[in-house]
Amino acid sequence: MRRIQVNVNGVTYEHEVEPRLLLVHYLREGLNLTGTMVGCNTSNCGACTVLLNGESVKSCTLFAVQADGHEITTVQGLQTNGDWHPMQTAFHENHALQCGYCTPGMILASVSYLKENPNPNEEDIREALEGNYCRCTGYENIVKAVQQAAGQTS
Amino acid sequence: MIPMAFDYEVAESVDHAIDLLGQHGEDSKLLAGGHSLIPIMRLRLAAPTVLIDLGRLEELRYVRDGGDHLAIGAMTRHRDLLFNDLVKEHCGIVGWTAGLLGDPSVQHRGTLGGTLSHGDSSGDMPSVITALEGELTIKGPQGERTVEAADFFQDYMMTDLGEQEVVTEIRVPKLAPGTGWSYKKFSRRSQDWATVGVAAVVERSNGSIGSARIALTSMGATPIRAAAVEQALSGASPDAVAEASQSADEGTNPSSDDAASAEFRRHLARVFTQRAVEEALGR
Repeated sequence: MRRIQVNVNGVTYEHEVEPRLLLVHYLREGLNLTGTMVGCNTSNCGACTVLLNGESVKSCTLFAVQADGHEITTVQGLQTNGDWHPMQTAFHENHALQCGYCTPGMILASVSYLKENPNPNEEDIREALEGNYCRCTGYENIVKAVQQAAGQTS
Repeated sequence: MIPMAFDYEVAESVDHAIDLLGQHGEDSKLLAGGHSLIPIMRLRLAAPTVLIDLGRLEELRYVRDGGDHLAIGAMTRHRDLLFNDLVKEHCGIVGWTAGLLGDPSVQHRGTLGGTLSHGDSSGDMPSVITALEGELTIKGPQGERTVEAADFFQDYMMTDLGEQEVVTEIRVPKLAPGTGWSYKKFSRRSQDWATVGVAAVVERSNGSIGSARIALTSMGATPIRAAAVEQALSGASPDAVAEASQSADEGTNPSSDDAASAEFRRHLARVFTQRAVEEALGR
């Protein structure tokens, strides 16, 4: 076991964890933050995407011990004082979800990407989200939502 | 999909990592970005008893101008390389290929030193660094040594790295202004490993080809230089590319698997060598 301290969505947690515990399981089962999904388990699908120090990462391919001392943001930590993040609003307004399973990962990957490129075109967005699968195939509205959010934050 | 249990150590410095490797022996393993290692641990294809995490070694995360070359710290993330101005200006093929690996979230974690040390011949970076005739700096208990990429990759997922050694730096030459490059990759889905990949670095000279360095991905147990093509193109006219590329699969030993038969890989190597050299000439 190993003691870790992480800041998740603005709250500092300290836990003893087994080194092989994956970050996604720590978030879901340790902290009960079930907004982060388990999808493919192989770092392909992006359902488990969270922000590590502000950058998108796949929490199924990271051990919780690697996050020791770092800041994690999950979809449940994106809002500020009850107000949705512009990306959440954009997903809502564009109906950028069907079953919703990929949505947390899509939103976090998009938030991370707009920090790198605040003015993406449609192709940029599609490429930036290549590691996030929507098995409902609802990409059309997802891309529209990211375009709307980009327009608002740039 | 849960890895075997292991002990976890954090390396505070490169020397500390070397000490830890010595203490824990052959079943310990270095953890860099983890995007090759963690998936195979989850599949239980690898079961190290101790992981030594290099993730805190920010001193290994850099790109420096070394005069005639760029020096890249082993823990530099793929996403860093994609956006790095020095890389863009002097060795664009490295940044461009970094941007092909996985997806942005994978690139935020994966490192250059990690992907090279993993030594997978279907990885893209080993071929790119081989075509560039790059060098790796390796540190061990006896100090530092330098290995050429061509000597580093020894067999399928086998490198020259000793049990108690750490890759600390990768050096790639700055490409002269008349030198073009390309990395062409065939895969059936966007994030698949390369069924075949071709890295080409082509030097132009008075309207003809001065020299070409070509390395192939997934055509054998290591990255393989397309020596016959390189020879045919040395001093040749750009019109010679199509014919020269026909010998791209000479001396290769591709395998047959779910993605392609060996024969199809040979075909792809010829076609993509031509495309890569042509793109390099136009770049």
